Amino acid sequence: MNRIEAPGQPAAVEAVGLCVGYQGETVVADIGFRLAPGKVLALVGSNGSGKTTLLKTVAGLLPAVSGSLEVLGARPLASPGKVSYMGQFHPSSFMLPLRVHDVVRMARFAAHGLFGRMTAEDERAVREAMAVMGVRDLAEAPLNGLSGGQRQRVFLAQAFARDADLILLDEPAANLDATARATYRRCVRELTAAGRSVIVATHDIDEAAECDWTMLLAHRVVAFGPSAEVLTQSALLATFGIVGKYQEGGIVIVEREHGHDDCQGSH
Amino acid sequence: MIMDFLITPFSSNAFLLNALLAGMLVSIACGIVGTFVVLRGLAFIGDALAHGVLPGVAIAMLLGLPGMLGAAVGALGMIFGIGFITRRSNLSSDTAIGLLFVGMLALGVAIVSRSHAFSGDLVRILFGEILGIRTSELVIQLVATLVIAALAVVCYRPFLLLCFSPEQAEVSGFSPRRYHAIMLVMIALTVVVSFRTVGTLLVFGMLLAPAASAALFSRKITTMVLTASGIGACSVYLGLLASYHYNIAAGAAITLAASALFFGLLTIKQLLPAPRARHGASQGAAS
Repeated sequence: MNRIEAPGQPAAVEAVGLCVGYQGETVVADIGFRLAPGKVLALVGSNGSGKTTLLKTVAGLLPAVSGSLEVLGARPLASPGKVSYMGQFHPSSFMLPLRVHDVVRMARFAAHGLFGRMTAEDERAVREAMAVMGVRDLAEAPLNGLSGGQRQRVFLAQAFARDADLILLDEPAANLDATARATYRRCVRELTAAGRSVIVATHDIDEAAECDWTMLLAHRVVAFGPSAEVLTQSALLATFGIVGKYQEGGIVIVEREHGHDDCQGSH
Repeated sequence: MIMDFLITPFSSNAFLLNALLAGMLVSIACGIVGTFVVLRGLAFIGDALAHGVLPGVAIAMLLGLPGMLGAAVGALGMIFGIGFITRRSNLSSDTAIGLLFVGMLALGVAIVSRSHAFSGDLVRILFGEILGIRTSELVIQLVATLVIAALAVVCYRPFLLLCFSPEQAEVSGFSPRRYHAIMLVMIALTVVVSFRTVGTLLVFGMLLAPAASAALFSRKITTMVLTASGIGACSVYLGLLASYHYNIAAGAAITLAASALFFGLLTIKQLLPAPRARHGASQGAAS
Protein backbone atom coordinates (compact mmCIF):
# COMPACT_ATOMS: atom_id res chain seq x y z
CA MET A 1 0.00 0.00 0.00
CA ASN A 2 1.21 3.49 -0.79
CA ARG A 3 1.44 5.69 2.26
CA ILE A 4 1.26 9.47 2.25
CA GLU A 5 2.55 9.76 5.78
CA ALA A 6 4.24 7.71 8.43
CA PRO A 7 2.06 4.84 9.71
CA GLY A 8 1.89 6.22 13.25
CA GLN A 9 -0.11 9.32 12.30
CA PRO A 10 -3.92 9.19 12.41
CA ALA A 11 -5.22 9.06 8.84
CA ALA A 12 -7.75 11.43 7.30
CA VAL A 13 -8.49 8.79 4.66
CA GLU A 14 -7.28 5.19 4.51
CA ALA A 15 -8.11 2.89 1.59
CA VAL A 16 -7.02 -0.74 1.31
CA GLY A 17 -7.75 -2.79 -1.82
CA LEU A 18 -10.52 -0.37 -2.65
CA CYS A 19 -12.56 -0.85 -5.83
CA VAL A 20 -14.80 2.04 -6.83
CA GLY A 21 -17.54 2.14 -9.44
CA TYR A 22 -21.23 2.47 -10.18
CA GLN A 23 -23.93 -0.10 -9.40
CA GLY A 24 -21.39 -2.83 -8.68
CA GLU A 25 -19.41 -2.23 -11.90
CA THR A 26 -15.79 -1.44 -11.12
CA VAL A 27 -14.31 1.72 -12.61
CA VAL A 28 -10.99 1.69 -10.75
CA ALA A 29 -9.73 -1.34 -8.82
CA ASP A 30 -7.16 -1.95 -6.12
CA ILE A 31 -6.70 1.55 -4.77
CA GLY A 32 -4.61 1.77 -1.64
CA PHE A 33 -3.45 4.92 0.11
CA ARG A 34 -3.32 6.64 3.45
CA LEU A 35 -3.75 10.41 3.60
CA ALA A 36 -2.51 12.14 6.74
CA PRO A 37 -3.86 15.42 8.15
CA GLY A 38 -2.41 18.54 6.58
CA LYS A 39 -1.71 16.98 3.18
CA VAL A 40 -3.17 17.53 -0.28
CA LEU A 41 -3.77 14.69 -2.71
CA ALA A 42 -4.49 15.39 -6.37
CA LEU A 43 -6.49 12.87 -8.40
CA VAL A 44 -5.48 13.44 -12.00
CA GLY A 45 -6.89 11.88 -15.12
CA SER A 46 -8.86 12.52 -18.27
CA ASN A 47 -12.67 12.50 -18.47
CA GLY A 48 -14.11 9.19 -17.30
CA SER A 49 -10.83 8.04 -15.74
CA GLY A 50 -12.42 7.43 -12.34
CA LYS A 51 -11.30 10.45 -10.33
CA THR A 52 -14.83 11.73 -9.64
CA THR A 53 -15.95 8.17 -8.83
CA LEU A 54 -13.17 7.85 -6.24
CA LEU A 55 -13.91 11.29 -4.80
CA LYS A 56 -17.63 10.48 -4.49
CA THR A 57 -16.82 7.19 -2.82
CA VAL A 58 -14.67 8.95 -0.23
CA ALA A 59 -17.52 11.47 0.27
CA GLY A 60 -19.94 8.57 0.85
CA LEU A 61 -22.07 9.39 -2.19
CA LEU A 62 -21.23 6.05 -3.81
CA PRO A 63 -20.75 2.74 -2.01
CA ALA A 64 -17.36 1.05 -2.46
CA VAL A 65 -17.60 -1.93 -4.81
CA SER A 66 -15.16 -3.81 -2.56
CA GLY A 67 -12.22 -3.23 -0.25
CA SER A 68 -12.03 -1.09 2.83
CA LEU A 69 -12.27 2.67 3.18
CA GLU A 70 -12.04 4.72 6.35
CA VAL A 71 -12.70 8.44 6.44
CA LEU A 72 -11.59 10.22 9.62
CA GLY A 73 -11.37 6.83 11.31
CA ALA A 74 -14.90 5.69 10.47
CA ARG A 75 -17.05 4.71 7.50
CA PRO A 76 -17.71 7.45 4.91
CA LEU A 77 -20.57 9.82 5.85
CA ALA A 78 -20.19 8.98 9.55
CA SER A 79 -19.23 12.58 10.39
CA PRO A 80 -21.05 14.91 7.97
CA GLY A 81 -19.93 18.01 9.85
CA LYS A 82 -16.26 17.13 9.44
CA VAL A 83 -16.17 16.40 5.71
CA SER A 84 -16.85 18.98 3.03
CA TYR A 85 -17.57 18.12 -0.60
CA MET A 86 -17.84 20.32 -3.67
CA GLY A 87 -19.21 18.48 -6.70
CA GLN A 88 -18.79 19.41 -10.33
CA PHE A 89 -22.35 20.24 -11.29
CA HIS A 90 -25.01 22.34 -9.67
CA PRO A 91 -27.54 22.35 -12.52
CA SER A 92 -30.50 23.34 -10.37
CA SER A 93 -28.75 26.30 -8.84
CA PHE A 94 -29.32 28.40 -11.94
CA MET A 95 -32.96 29.06 -11.10
CA LEU A 96 -33.06 28.84 -7.33
CA PRO A 97 -34.13 31.96 -5.45
CA LEU A 98 -31.08 31.94 -3.19
CA ARG A 99 -28.70 34.67 -2.19
CA VAL A 100 -24.97 34.04 -2.02
CA HIS A 101 -25.09 34.24 1.78
CA ASP A 102 -27.83 31.56 1.88
CA VAL A 103 -25.75 29.18 -0.25
CA VAL A 104 -22.60 29.55 1.86
CA ARG A 105 -24.65 29.29 5.09
CA MET A 106 -25.94 25.86 4.01
CA ALA A 107 -22.45 24.53 4.76
CA ARG A 108 -23.17 24.88 8.47
CA PHE A 109 -26.40 22.79 8.45
CA ALA A 110 -24.42 19.55 8.74
CA ALA A 111 -23.24 20.45 12.22
CA HIS A 112 -26.73 21.28 13.52
CA GLY A 113 -29.13 18.79 11.94
CA LEU A 114 -32.82 19.70 11.73
CA PHE A 115 -33.23 21.74 14.88
CA GLY A 116 -29.83 22.99 16.13
CA ARG A 117 -29.59 26.77 16.29
CA MET A 118 -27.02 28.56 14.15
CA THR A 119 -24.50 30.29 16.38
CA ALA A 120 -22.31 33.37 16.15
CA GLU A 121 -19.45 30.99 15.34
CA ASP A 122 -21.42 29.72 12.31
CA GLU A 123 -21.99 33.26 11.07
CA ARG A 124 -18.29 34.04 11.55
CA ALA A 125 -17.26 30.98 9.53
CA VAL A 126 -19.68 31.96 6.74
CA ARG A 127 -18.43 35.56 6.64
CA GLU A 128 -14.80 34.46 6.63
CA ALA A 129 -15.29 31.92 3.84
CA MET A 130 -17.06 34.54 1.70
CA ALA A 131 -14.29 37.04 2.40
CA VAL A 132 -11.54 34.55 1.58
CA MET A 133 -13.09 33.68 -1.78
CA GLY A 134 -13.83 37.35 -2.53
CA VAL A 135 -17.62 37.07 -2.60
CA ARG A 136 -18.48 38.94 0.60
CA ASP A 137 -19.61 41.97 -1.43
CA LEU A 138 -22.00 39.66 -3.26
CA ALA A 139 -23.56 38.29 -0.05
CA GLU A 140 -27.02 39.70 -0.83
CA ALA A 141 -26.82 39.04 -4.58
CA PRO A 142 -29.05 36.34 -6.09
CA LEU A 143 -27.11 33.24 -7.11
CA ASN A 144 -28.93 33.08 -10.45
CA GLY A 145 -27.56 36.52 -11.39
CA LEU A 146 -23.90 35.53 -11.05
CA SER A 147 -21.43 34.57 -13.76
CA GLY A 148 -20.03 31.02 -13.91
CA GLY A 149 -16.77 32.09 -12.26
CA GLN A 150 -18.56 33.96 -9.48
CA ARG A 151 -20.76 30.95 -8.82
CA GLN A 152 -17.70 28.70 -8.61
CA ARG A 153 -16.20 31.03 -5.99
CA VAL A 154 -19.46 30.86 -4.03
CA PHE A 155 -19.40 27.04 -4.14
CA LEU A 156 -15.78 27.07 -2.96
CA ALA A 157 -16.72 29.44 -0.13
CA GLN A 158 -19.46 26.96 0.79
CA ALA A 159 -16.92 24.12 0.86
CA PHE A 160 -14.55 26.13 3.07
CA ALA A 161 -17.28 27.45 5.40
CA ARG A 162 -17.92 24.02 6.90
CA ASP A 163 -14.58 24.21 8.72
CA ALA A 164 -14.14 20.53 7.85
CA ASP A 165 -11.18 18.29 8.64
CA LEU A 166 -11.35 16.76 5.16
CA ILE A 167 -12.23 18.80 2.08
CA LEU A 168 -13.08 17.05 -1.20
CA LEU A 169 -13.09 19.22 -4.31
CA ASP A 170 -14.07 18.14 -7.82
CA GLU A 171 -12.57 20.40 -10.51
CA PRO A 172 -12.47 23.38 -8.15
CA ALA A 173 -10.56 25.64 -10.52
CA ALA A 174 -13.07 25.27 -13.37
CA ASN A 175 -14.38 28.68 -14.53
CA LEU A 176 -12.01 30.55 -12.23
CA ASP A 177 -9.93 33.43 -13.56
CA ALA A 178 -6.22 33.68 -12.72
CA THR A 179 -6.82 35.81 -9.60
CA ALA A 180 -9.52 33.57 -8.20
CA ARG A 181 -7.42 30.50 -8.99
CA ALA A 182 -4.49 31.94 -7.03
CA THR A 183 -6.85 32.78 -4.16
CA TYR A 184 -8.23 29.25 -4.10
CA ARG A 185 -4.74 27.73 -4.11
CA ARG A 186 -3.67 29.99 -1.26
CA CYS A 187 -6.78 28.91 0.69
CA VAL A 188 -5.83 25.28 0.26
CA ARG A 189 -2.30 26.00 1.49
CA GLU A 190 -3.69 27.80 4.56
CA LEU A 191 -6.11 24.98 5.30
CA THR A 192 -3.41 22.33 5.10
CA ALA A 193 -1.11 24.46 7.26
CA ALA A 194 -3.93 24.33 9.84
CA GLY A 195 -3.93 20.53 9.65
CA ARG A 196 -6.86 20.02 7.25
CA SER A 197 -6.59 17.41 4.51
CA VAL A 198 -7.69 18.07 0.94
CA ILE A 199 -8.36 15.78 -2.02
CA VAL A 200 -8.70 17.53 -5.38
CA ALA A 201 -9.88 15.93 -8.62
CA THR A 202 -8.37 17.88 -11.49
CA HIS A 203 -7.24 17.86 -15.11
CA ASP A 204 -4.73 20.56 -14.32
CA ILE A 205 -1.14 19.26 -14.15
CA ASP A 206 0.07 22.58 -12.74
CA GLU A 207 -2.42 22.31 -9.91
CA ALA A 208 -1.38 18.70 -9.22
CA ALA A 209 2.29 19.75 -9.17
CA GLU A 210 1.50 22.05 -6.21
CA CYS A 211 -0.11 19.20 -4.24
CA ASP A 212 1.86 16.99 -1.85
CA TRP A 213 0.77 13.80 -3.57
CA THR A 214 -0.68 12.83 -6.91
CA MET A 215 -2.62 9.77 -8.06
CA LEU A 216 -2.81 9.38 -11.83
CA LEU A 217 -5.95 7.53 -12.92
CA ALA A 218 -6.96 5.96 -16.23
CA HIS A 219 -9.49 3.31 -15.13
CA ARG A 220 -6.62 2.07 -12.98
CA VAL A 221 -4.03 3.63 -10.74
CA VAL A 222 -1.33 4.52 -13.26
CA ALA A 223 1.01 6.10 -10.76
CA PHE A 224 0.91 7.30 -7.22
CA GLY A 225 3.37 9.14 -5.01
CA PRO A 226 4.87 12.55 -4.31
CA SER A 227 3.75 14.88 -7.11
CA ALA A 228 7.28 15.70 -8.26
CA GLU A 229 8.03 11.98 -8.71
CA VAL A 230 4.70 10.97 -10.24
CA LEU A 231 4.22 13.67 -12.85
CA THR A 232 6.66 12.17 -15.31
CA GLN A 233 6.37 12.06 -19.07
CA SER A 234 5.81 8.30 -19.16
CA ALA A 235 3.15 8.37 -16.44
CA LEU A 236 1.32 11.25 -18.12
CA LEU A 237 1.50 9.37 -21.41
CA ALA A 238 -0.18 6.39 -19.79
CA THR A 239 -2.80 8.64 -18.18
CA PHE A 240 -3.74 11.00 -20.97
CA GLY A 241 -2.41 9.27 -24.09
CA ILE A 242 -0.18 12.19 -24.97
CA VAL A 243 3.52 12.69 -25.24
CA GLY A 244 4.67 15.83 -23.58
CA LYS A 245 7.44 17.50 -21.73
CA TYR A 246 7.12 18.18 -18.07
CA GLN A 247 9.64 20.73 -17.01
CA GLU A 248 9.90 23.58 -14.56
CA GLY A 249 6.39 23.04 -13.24
CA GLY A 250 4.73 23.09 -16.68
CA ILE A 251 3.58 20.46 -19.15
CA VAL A 252 3.96 21.01 -22.88
CA ILE A 253 1.98 18.74 -25.19
CA VAL A 254 4.09 17.74 -28.17
CA GLU A 255 2.02 15.09 -29.97
CA ARG A 256 -0.69 12.52 -29.40
CA GLU A 257 0.55 8.95 -29.09
CA HIS A 258 -1.45 5.85 -30.01
CA GLY A 259 -1.38 2.64 -28.03
CA HIS A 260 -0.48 4.43 -24.87
CA ASP A 261 -1.75 1.60 -22.67
CA ASP A 262 1.52 -0.19 -23.27
CA CYS A 263 3.26 2.32 -21.08
CA GLN A 264 3.20 1.54 -17.35
CA GLY A 265 3.37 4.27 -14.76
CA SER A 266 5.48 4.12 -11.65
CA HIS A 267 2.79 2.63 -9.46
CA MET B 1 -71.23 50.20 -5.47
CA ILE B 2 -67.66 48.90 -5.71
CA MET B 3 -67.91 47.45 -2.18
CA ASP B 4 -71.11 45.70 -3.20
CA PHE B 5 -69.27 44.17 -6.10
CA LEU B 6 -66.15 43.19 -4.14
CA ILE B 7 -67.33 42.26 -0.63
CA THR B 8 -71.08 41.74 -0.43
CA PRO B 9 -71.02 38.36 -2.23
CA PHE B 10 -68.95 36.97 0.63
CA SER B 11 -70.67 38.78 3.51
CA SER B 12 -74.17 37.86 2.43
CA ASN B 13 -73.59 34.27 1.27
CA ALA B 14 -72.30 31.79 3.89
CA PHE B 15 -71.47 29.20 1.21
CA LEU B 16 -69.27 31.71 -0.61
CA LEU B 17 -67.48 32.69 2.61
CA ASN B 18 -66.84 28.99 3.29
CA ALA B 19 -65.52 28.68 -0.25
CA LEU B 20 -63.23 31.67 0.32
CA LEU B 21 -61.87 30.20 3.57
CA ALA B 22 -61.34 26.78 1.98
CA GLY B 23 -59.64 28.40 -1.00
CA MET B 24 -57.33 30.41 1.27
CA LEU B 25 -56.28 27.22 3.08
CA VAL B 26 -55.68 25.48 -0.28
CA SER B 27 -53.61 28.51 -1.32
CA ILE B 28 -51.38 28.29 1.74
CA ALA B 29 -50.86 24.52 1.34
CA CYS B 30 -50.25 24.88 -2.40
CA GLY B 31 -47.95 27.89 -1.85
CA ILE B 32 -45.70 25.85 0.44
CA VAL B 33 -45.74 22.60 -1.52
CA GLY B 34 -45.85 24.27 -4.95
CA THR B 35 -42.63 26.17 -4.19
CA PHE B 36 -40.74 22.91 -3.80
CA VAL B 37 -42.56 21.37 -6.79
CA VAL B 38 -41.38 24.26 -8.99
CA LEU B 39 -37.85 24.46 -7.58
CA ARG B 40 -37.23 20.73 -7.76
CA GLY B 41 -38.88 20.25 -11.15
CA LEU B 42 -41.54 17.92 -9.75
CA ALA B 43 -44.36 19.36 -11.85
CA PHE B 44 -44.98 16.12 -13.71
CA ILE B 45 -45.22 14.05 -10.53
CA GLY B 46 -47.52 16.70 -9.06
CA ASP B 47 -49.73 16.43 -12.14
CA ALA B 48 -49.69 12.64 -11.98
CA LEU B 49 -50.60 12.60 -8.29
CA ALA B 50 -53.40 15.07 -8.88
CA HIS B 51 -54.92 12.81 -11.55
CA GLY B 52 -53.90 9.47 -10.08
CA VAL B 53 -56.23 9.89 -7.11
CA LEU B 54 -59.26 9.54 -9.41
CA PRO B 55 -59.70 5.73 -9.21
CA GLY B 56 -59.28 5.86 -5.43
CA VAL B 57 -62.02 8.47 -5.14
CA ALA B 58 -64.27 6.54 -7.55
CA ILE B 59 -63.83 3.24 -5.67
CA ALA B 60 -64.42 4.94 -2.32
CA MET B 61 -67.65 6.46 -3.58
CA LEU B 62 -68.70 3.10 -5.01
CA LEU B 63 -68.19 1.54 -1.58
CA GLY B 64 -69.85 4.42 0.23
CA LEU B 65 -66.60 5.53 1.87
CA PRO B 66 -65.34 9.13 2.13
CA GLY B 67 -63.83 10.29 -1.16
CA MET B 68 -60.87 11.78 0.69
CA LEU B 69 -59.92 8.32 2.02
CA GLY B 70 -59.98 6.93 -1.52
CA ALA B 71 -57.90 9.86 -2.73
CA ALA B 72 -55.30 9.17 -0.03
CA VAL B 73 -55.04 5.50 -1.00
CA GLY B 74 -54.81 6.45 -4.70
CA ALA B 75 -52.01 8.97 -4.01
CA LEU B 76 -50.02 6.52 -1.89
CA GLY B 77 -50.47 3.89 -4.63
CA MET B 78 -49.04 6.34 -7.14
CA ILE B 79 -46.00 7.14 -4.96
CA PHE B 80 -45.18 3.47 -4.35
CA GLY B 81 -45.89 2.58 -7.99
CA ILE B 82 -43.50 5.22 -9.32
CA GLY B 83 -40.79 4.06 -6.89
CA PHE B 84 -41.36 0.41 -7.81
CA ILE B 85 -41.19 0.92 -11.60
CA THR B 86 -38.13 3.17 -11.32
CA ARG B 87 -36.27 0.67 -9.11
CA ARG B 88 -37.25 -2.49 -10.98
CA SER B 89 -36.71 -1.29 -14.54
CA ASN B 90 -34.24 0.82 -16.43
CA LEU B 91 -36.99 3.29 -17.22
CA SER B 92 -36.64 6.90 -16.12
CA SER B 93 -38.97 8.19 -13.41
CA ASP B 94 -40.66 10.36 -16.08
CA THR B 95 -41.75 7.24 -17.96
CA ALA B 96 -42.86 5.54 -14.72
CA ILE B 97 -44.88 8.61 -13.76
CA GLY B 98 -46.43 8.85 -17.24
CA LEU B 99 -47.40 5.18 -17.31
CA LEU B 100 -49.08 5.31 -13.92
CA PHE B 101 -50.62 8.69 -14.65
CA VAL B 102 -52.54 7.57 -17.76
CA GLY B 103 -53.24 4.12 -16.30
CA MET B 104 -54.77 5.49 -13.11
CA LEU B 105 -56.72 8.21 -14.93
CA ALA B 106 -58.15 5.66 -17.38
CA LEU B 107 -59.00 3.29 -14.51
CA GLY B 108 -60.82 6.09 -12.71
CA VAL B 109 -62.84 7.05 -15.76
CA ALA B 110 -63.59 3.35 -16.46
CA ILE B 111 -64.90 2.82 -12.91
CA VAL B 112 -67.01 5.95 -13.02
CA SER B 113 -68.42 5.07 -16.47
CA ARG B 114 -69.47 1.59 -15.24
CA SER B 115 -71.46 3.01 -12.38
CA HIS B 116 -74.35 5.10 -13.67
CA ALA B 117 -75.21 5.95 -10.08
CA PHE B 118 -72.49 8.54 -9.83
CA SER B 119 -71.22 9.21 -13.31
CA GLY B 120 -72.34 12.81 -12.80
CA ASP B 121 -69.87 13.01 -9.93
CA LEU B 122 -66.95 12.76 -12.36
CA VAL B 123 -67.20 16.46 -13.10
CA ARG B 124 -67.26 17.22 -9.38
CA ILE B 125 -64.18 15.03 -8.77
CA LEU B 126 -62.26 16.60 -11.61
CA PHE B 127 -63.30 20.21 -11.04
CA GLY B 128 -64.17 20.28 -7.35
CA GLU B 129 -67.17 21.65 -5.54
CA ILE B 130 -65.85 24.65 -3.71
CA LEU B 131 -69.29 26.20 -3.36
CA GLY B 132 -70.53 23.15 -1.47
CA ILE B 133 -67.77 23.02 1.17
CA ARG B 134 -68.98 22.05 4.65
CA THR B 135 -67.52 23.25 7.94
CA SER B 136 -66.20 19.77 8.73
CA GLU B 137 -64.27 19.82 5.45
CA LEU B 138 -62.89 23.23 6.35
CA VAL B 139 -61.56 21.77 9.60
CA ILE B 140 -59.86 18.89 7.71
CA GLN B 141 -58.34 21.39 5.28
CA LEU B 142 -57.11 23.51 8.19
CA VAL B 143 -55.48 20.53 9.93
CA ALA B 144 -53.84 19.39 6.67
CA THR B 145 -52.52 22.89 6.00
CA LEU B 146 -51.07 23.07 9.52
CA VAL B 147 -49.41 19.64 9.07
CA ILE B 148 -47.91 20.75 5.73
CA ALA B 149 -46.65 24.01 7.24
CA ALA B 150 -45.16 22.15 10.23
CA LEU B 151 -43.40 19.65 7.94
CA ALA B 152 -42.01 22.49 5.83
CA VAL B 153 -40.63 24.23 8.94
CA VAL B 154 -39.11 21.04 10.39
CA CYS B 155 -37.62 19.92 7.07
CA TYR B 156 -36.57 23.39 5.90
CA ARG B 157 -32.82 22.69 5.95
CA PRO B 158 -32.90 19.34 4.10
CA PHE B 159 -35.46 20.70 1.63
CA LEU B 160 -33.23 23.69 0.91
CA LEU B 161 -30.22 21.42 0.40
CA LEU B 162 -32.27 19.03 -1.74
CA CYS B 163 -33.32 21.92 -4.01
CA PHE B 164 -29.70 23.09 -4.23
CA SER B 165 -28.10 19.68 -4.76
CA PRO B 166 -29.14 16.19 -3.55
CA GLU B 167 -25.40 15.43 -3.16
CA GLN B 168 -24.98 18.33 -0.76
CA ALA B 169 -28.00 17.08 1.22
CA GLU B 170 -26.40 13.64 1.46
CA VAL B 171 -22.95 14.85 2.55
CA SER B 172 -24.63 17.12 5.09
CA GLY B 173 -26.22 14.10 6.76
CA PHE B 174 -29.75 14.46 5.34
CA SER B 175 -30.89 11.43 3.30
CA PRO B 176 -32.13 12.71 -0.09
CA ARG B 177 -34.40 9.65 -0.46
CA ARG B 178 -36.08 10.22 2.89
CA TYR B 179 -36.72 13.93 2.34
CA HIS B 180 -37.80 13.40 -1.28
CA ALA B 181 -40.36 10.89 0.05
CA ILE B 182 -41.56 13.42 2.66
CA MET B 183 -41.92 15.98 -0.13
CA LEU B 184 -44.03 13.53 -2.18
CA VAL B 185 -46.24 12.83 0.84
CA MET B 186 -46.74 16.60 1.23
CA ILE B 187 -47.78 16.88 -2.44
CA ALA B 188 -50.14 13.91 -1.99
CA LEU B 189 -51.65 15.40 1.17
CA THR B 190 -52.22 18.73 -0.59
CA VAL B 191 -53.89 17.01 -3.54
CA VAL B 192 -56.03 14.78 -1.34
CA VAL B 193 -57.46 17.52 0.86
CA SER B 194 -57.80 19.99 -2.00
CA PHE B 195 -59.69 17.79 -4.43
CA ARG B 196 -63.07 18.70 -2.90
CA THR B 197 -62.24 22.39 -3.23
CA VAL B 198 -60.74 22.81 -6.68
CA GLY B 199 -60.88 19.23 -7.99
CA THR B 200 -58.18 16.81 -9.01
CA LEU B 201 -57.75 18.44 -12.41
CA LEU B 202 -57.39 21.98 -11.14
CA VAL B 203 -55.43 21.48 -7.92
CA PHE B 204 -52.38 21.03 -10.12
CA GLY B 205 -52.89 24.56 -11.43
CA MET B 206 -52.97 25.88 -7.87
CA LEU B 207 -49.78 23.95 -7.07
CA LEU B 208 -47.94 25.32 -10.05
CA ALA B 209 -49.20 28.75 -11.13
CA PRO B 210 -48.83 30.76 -7.86
CA ALA B 211 -45.39 29.23 -7.13
CA ALA B 212 -44.24 29.90 -10.71
CA SER B 213 -45.46 33.50 -10.39
CA ALA B 214 -43.61 33.90 -7.09
CA ALA B 215 -40.42 32.44 -8.61
CA LEU B 216 -40.33 35.34 -11.08
CA PHE B 217 -39.60 37.88 -8.36
CA SER B 218 -38.37 36.02 -5.24
CA ARG B 219 -34.78 36.09 -4.06
CA LYS B 220 -35.33 33.80 -1.07
CA ILE B 221 -37.24 30.54 -0.75
CA THR B 222 -39.17 31.77 2.32
CA THR B 223 -40.23 34.86 0.35
CA MET B 224 -41.27 32.60 -2.52
CA VAL B 225 -43.48 30.49 -0.21
CA LEU B 226 -45.19 33.58 1.25
CA THR B 227 -45.61 35.23 -2.18
CA ALA B 228 -46.99 32.02 -3.73
CA SER B 229 -49.53 31.69 -0.90
CA GLY B 230 -50.53 35.35 -1.36
CA ILE B 231 -50.90 35.00 -5.13
CA GLY B 232 -52.92 31.81 -4.59
CA ALA B 233 -55.21 33.62 -2.15
CA CYS B 234 -55.69 36.48 -4.66
CA SER B 235 -56.54 33.91 -7.34
CA VAL B 236 -59.16 32.31 -5.08
CA TYR B 237 -60.74 35.69 -4.31
CA LEU B 238 -60.75 36.84 -7.93
CA GLY B 239 -61.97 33.46 -9.17
CA LEU B 240 -64.87 33.30 -6.71
CA LEU B 241 -65.82 36.88 -7.52
CA ALA B 242 -65.84 36.11 -11.24
CA SER B 243 -67.79 32.93 -10.58
CA TYR B 244 -70.43 34.81 -8.56
CA HIS B 245 -70.87 37.76 -10.89
CA TYR B 246 -70.46 36.06 -14.27
CA ASN B 247 -71.79 32.58 -13.49
CA ILE B 248 -68.53 30.74 -14.26
CA ALA B 249 -67.59 27.37 -12.71
CA ALA B 250 -65.79 28.36 -9.48
CA GLY B 251 -62.87 25.85 -9.58
CA ALA B 252 -62.09 26.75 -13.18
CA ALA B 253 -62.37 30.49 -12.48
CA ILE B 254 -59.86 30.20 -9.61
CA THR B 255 -57.31 28.27 -11.67
CA LEU B 256 -57.85 30.62 -14.59
CA ALA B 257 -57.17 33.59 -12.31
CA ALA B 258 -53.97 31.92 -11.05
CA SER B 259 -52.78 31.30 -14.62
CA ALA B 260 -53.74 34.84 -15.72
CA LEU B 261 -51.79 36.30 -12.78
CA PHE B 262 -48.74 34.29 -13.84
CA PHE B 263 -48.84 35.58 -17.41
CA GLY B 264 -49.55 39.13 -16.19
CA LEU B 265 -46.59 39.06 -13.78
CA LEU B 266 -44.37 37.51 -16.45
CA THR B 267 -45.25 40.37 -18.80
CA ILE B 268 -44.48 42.92 -16.07
CA LYS B 269 -41.13 41.23 -15.42
CA GLN B 270 -40.28 41.40 -19.12
CA LEU B 271 -41.00 45.13 -19.11
CA LEU B 272 -38.84 45.78 -16.04
CA PRO B 273 -35.06 46.15 -16.43
CA ALA B 274 -33.37 42.87 -15.48
CA PRO B 275 -31.28 43.22 -12.30
CA ARG B 276 -27.85 41.66 -12.70
CA ALA B 277 -25.46 41.11 -9.81
CA ARG B 278 -22.16 41.37 -11.59
CA HIS B 279 -20.62 43.87 -9.20
CA GLY B 280 -17.52 42.62 -7.48
CA ALA B 281 -16.86 40.26 -10.37
CA SER B 282 -13.18 40.93 -10.44
CA GLN B 283 -12.79 41.29 -6.70
CA GLY B 284 -9.93 39.24 -5.35
CA ALA B 285 -9.40 37.71 -1.97
CA ALA B 286 -10.11 39.85 1.04
CA SER B 287 -7.88 38.08 3.48
